[in-house]
Amino acid sequence: MIAVGENAPDFTLRDQDGEEVSLSSFRGRRLLLVFYPFDFSPVCSDQLSLYQEVKPEIEAKGVTLVGVSVDSPYAHREFQAKLGVDTTLLSDFEPKGEVARAYGSYLDGPGMANRTLVLVDEEGKVAWTYASPNPGEFPGANVIFDALA
Amino acid sequence: MADLTSAPVPPLGPDDHVRGEGDLLIVYADLACAHCAGAWAEIAARPARVVFRHFPVASKHPRAPALHAAAEAAGQQGRFFAMVDSLYADRGHVDDPHLWDRAERLGLDLERFEADRRSEAVAARVQRDFKAGIRAGVATTPALFPTAGGDGERAG
Repeated sequence: MIAVGENAPDFTLRDQDGEEVSLSSFRGRRLLLVFYPFDFSPVCSDQLSLYQEVKPEIEAKGVTLVGVSVDSPYAHREFQAKLGVDTTLLSDFEPKGEVARAYGSYLDGPGMANRTLVLVDEEGKVAWTYASPNPGEFPGANVIFDALA
Repeated sequence: MADLTSAPVPPLGPDDHVRGEGDLLIVYADLACAHCAGAWAEIAARPARVVFRHFPVASKHPRAPALHAAAEAAGQQGRFFAMVDSLYADRGHVDDPHLWDRAERLGLDLERFEADRRSEAVAARVQRDFKAGIRAGVATTPALFPTAGGDGERAG
């Protein structure tokens, strides 16, 4: 994992609507990057649905929540609709997993991001990270609120 | 704003929904969740004091809030677990007319059921459980917290 205090590596990725989104556009706000393995895998679905339920409380703390996986924007759009979530989903598709690698979240064997959380502060520095013990588990939302407290 | 930082599972309270005898088993469940429905018969059959706590994940299950409110409203007429059993036994009939049918079959006063399930108090009761579940780290449902001593603390 990337270390706390480091500059968060910049990126420009396409979201579920094909729009480009850059890390630098979040400067002045806190950003919580939720790296996850794949759209439509059962555990990811539960994770993003759960976070959706507490999104107002996360945003009230001045934090924007964004999901990142190696899936394409088209898959992201369908996945959003299936989950009933409005969280922005970024496509780390080409070169595959480049952003996940830059954040130390990529798993080479299965070719996907591990389930990791990275909080980027207003200055663009890494303020907090969490890596799941394995991709099949995800942290409850309480872990996020502990980090934001 | 509600504090959602980590906290232990709340101990058994006076308005918890409890059924059965034995060691305490606290269950956070979503009434619109297929996994919960599949597990419910086995959980309900355990020789335990089962505590049902609400954990509706509305984005994934749009009908979950309505179903939890219906169970809570049935509970105000003493039929909480009867409604939970009914909802898990038949997941295909969960629209409002189906809920009225269920309420009638359970012998509920329908007018009161209608008023209660739409009340602020019922919504707040459901949300109280949900937020406590979030603080306890509930991530997927059903989430079981067995307790040996019956004090409601997490035992494994």
